Amino acid sequence: MEINSILIQLLNGIQYGLLLFLVAAGLTLVFGIMGVINLAHGSFYMIGAYLAWSLAELAGSFWVGIAIGIVLTIILGMVLEVVFFKHLYRRDHLYQVLMTYGLILIFEDLRSVLWGNDIHGVVIPELLNSSIQLTENLTYPMYRFFVSAVCIAIAIGLYLTIQRTRLGMIIRAGATNSEMTQVLGVNIKLIHAVVFSIGVSLAAIAGMVASPISSAYPNMGTQVLITCFVIVVIGGIGSVWGALAGALLIGLADTFGNVFAPEYSGLSVFILMSIILIWRPEGLFKRSYK
Amino acid sequence: MSEFLLEAQELNTRYGSSHILHGVNFKIRYGESLALMGRNGMGKTTLIRSMLGLVRPFSGQVRARGEDVTGAETYRISLMGIAYVPEGRGIFSSLSVKENLLMAARPGPTGKKDWTYDRVLDRFPRLAERLKNGGNQLSGGEQQMLTIGRALMTNPDLLILDEATEGLAPLVSREIWKIVREIRESGIATVVVDKNYAALTAISDRSVILVKGRVVFDGDSEALNGDSELIAKHLGV
Ligand SMILES: Nc1ncnc2c1ncn2[C@@H]1O[C@H](COP(=O)(O)OP(=O)(O)O)[C@@H](O)[C@H]1O
Ligand SMILES: [Mg+2]
Repeated sequence: MEINSILIQLLNGIQYGLLLFLVAAGLTLVFGIMGVINLAHGSFYMIGAYLAWSLAELAGSFWVGIAIGIVLTIILGMVLEVVFFKHLYRRDHLYQVLMTYGLILIFEDLRSVLWGNDIHGVVIPELLNSSIQLTENLTYPMYRFFVSAVCIAIAIGLYLTIQRTRLGMIIRAGATNSEMTQVLGVNIKLIHAVVFSIGVSLAAIAGMVASPISSAYPNMGTQVLITCFVIVVIGGIGSVWGALAGALLIGLADTFGNVFAPEYSGLSVFILMSIILIWRPEGLFKRSYK
Repeated sequence: MSEFLLEAQELNTRYGSSHILHGVNFKIRYGESLALMGRNGMGKTTLIRSMLGLVRPFSGQVRARGEDVTGAETYRISLMGIAYVPEGRGIFSSLSVKENLLMAARPGPTGKKDWTYDRVLDRFPRLAERLKNGGNQLSGGEQQMLTIGRALMTNPDLLILDEATEGLAPLVSREIWKIVREIRESGIATVVVDKNYAALTAISDRSVILVKGRVVFDGDSEALNGDSELIAKHLGV
């Protein structure tokens, strides 16, 4: 394989990994802080993609569509937390799996009613519909760089929020000792709703920015969900930075797996997971805020 | 406005089928300092937790600043100017010393901002030397200073200290008693639980003794201190 195409695949793998990180971050945060296994998390990725498609058409602009979509998913996250998820926090994992699996079915049905069962392509916004000349005979789509840049910006924002802000301190305190956090005057229920809503909107944002590359199609959340569970497990359950490392590894493994051994495509992810778990059964990182 | 900052009326609390508190009446005035005493397992912690909304009493009433807060959420009671340093202290191990203090910072319910981050560090210089340390890297005495400092960051009108000096060396305990006295002199009401009855009666106006979930003594600390028979009967080992 020539060096140019390796470079392209490397960029694709990183971009894919960063996108997976946005989804996995919410999954691991909600598990780490509220102890909920959310099988419906992949649905938020799908909802993001469909919102980007339909809102971009309605508003006549990809950017306006995304802006409205983000606001809607933050609200959606709050509502889902209050109506469904807050009842799961102290429950057995079995209840969590049952209810969130039920939610997948509901989300898919709603998607079918609202948007139909067709695949919808999303047009790359004009501003980013170009290629960058990397070397003399190598170009790379601008839009993919944009996706990576968005993900990196969000990862940095997430890091600063958790490590440097008062909200972040309170979130970490609540994860360690929720009772003591309330004793100090914190409305922990509100904090949980905020964390959940952040998780939902991160997954939806991933779906939105991915939609011009992947389109919006039925059940698109399922594959992402499975991959993200692998990421969360190898990164260390509950660890956001583990999720980042895991997502990049999986993104690269999947991309290069598809190139080198297309007949076994998909297997590379699980081989990598097995190797990492044999080496480190607890995952790469320990939960950073416990 | 009620004369009392926090009160329990005819409070009954159960854990499952075991009945722990039996019609407890407990009151603390603004600025008052109170010693809550009783042997192990008599219900002191349960009384505190019932008043703070951490355990739901099955009958009776809790009032804070005259308002009925029975069954209210703990954070709401906290926001009414009531701070609590629990047994075992409850330091956030995932937060640095500095973050443990900053996450709690807020003005009191009447807007007073007597205790700032700088003032807390000024009063607890040992903490100032360990700002970057994790909460769990501190000695027992430093941990207790951190939880007291953290409680003061909320600018409370009442500070409840459960097992104030448990597990601390005598020298460190003496420092904690000194701090409690200062807090009391600054006008903050205090409810203190401890095994050192002499120290406790010396720094309090009033004492309450619980025996098996019932109040058996509620009166002047000085009078109690002179009554060695009563102390031996209810508190002696
Ligand atoms: N969470 C609990 N569940 C059941 N029983 C409890 C619980 N906490 C305390 N108790 C019981 O309640 C009684 C009072 O305990 P506690 O209030 O901690 O006493 P104290 O603080 O005076 O030592 C004890 O008999 C104790 O065993
Ligand atoms: Mg106790």
